[in-house]
Amino acid sequence: MIPVPAFLANPQRFMVFSRWAAPMFGVIAAALIAAGLWMTFSVPEDYQQHDTVRIMFIHVPAAWLAMFAYLCLGIASLLGLVFRHALADMAAKAAAPLGAAFTVLALATGSMWGKPMWGTWWVWDARLTSVLVLLLLYLGYLALRASIDDETKAGRAAAILALAGLINLPIIHYSVEWWNSLHQGSSTFEADQGDRLPAIYLTPLLIMGLGYMSAFGSLWLVGIRAEVWRRRARVLSLQQAGG
Amino acid sequence: MLDFDAGKYAVYVWPAFGLTALTFGWMIASTLLRARRWRREAERLEKNRA
Repeated sequence: MIPVPAFLANPQRFMVFSRWAAPMFGVIAAALIAAGLWMTFSVPEDYQQHDTVRIMFIHVPAAWLAMFAYLCLGIASLLGLVFRHALADMAAKAAAPLGAAFTVLALATGSMWGKPMWGTWWVWDARLTSVLVLLLLYLGYLALRASIDDETKAGRAAAILALAGLINLPIIHYSVEWWNSLHQGSSTFEADQGDRLPAIYLTPLLIMGLGYMSAFGSLWLVGIRAEVWRRRARVLSLQQAGG
Repeated sequence: MLDFDAGKYAVYVWPAFGLTALTFGWMIASTLLRARRWRREAERLEKNRA
């Protein structure tokens, strides 16, 4: 039996797999997000946060995906660097703009939640600052790739930056424990019983989280497919130009 | 029963949802358009080669 990563490492097999997997994840994402949004506007308002609690259902999944996409970017970069595998490099390249978009969403929706609850749009505390650093890492990755003409060199340089940036993920995760922060601590899986969200809020949050994850999966696969076609077109173009 | 009345917090809640919808729209449109563009280009070059 061929292990899954090795199976998908072949571009032709990947294209066959992603042809049905991308729309399938897209449909799952649409269903989950629709159900999550329905629940978002069905739950009662929080006794302290009132209606702003509804922002949680779009802010927290965006923050999860901002970090998850970077983890995918880091793993793909490592595989691309170590095994010099073209598809891994394409996967890293396709993950970056999506991760950057989720990070922007996490920062912006967090700011819109923070203003009515904390009384400020922004504060330079450890959680917010480390997520801002995550956004800068994504932008740096994209800028570095775009600034080097040689695609192989660009991929390697960007992969090294992506790997160095992985250190930021545990910093984001533990920032609310290591430093005093205005941002609340974990209230889902790792939270103490008293700090954990009640099921009425946790259920829609998890559904939205799975919906965001499926949306990322679908768009990531389509992004990698686009990159496979782009490189195929480039090779054909060079062949035809060479006569 | 759906509750869309965010009261005095509507000024924060609705822009957050609006921005999320716009960002998802941008991610979906840009990814699909890029895939379509390069699939067509690759297919065109394949035809030329044949």
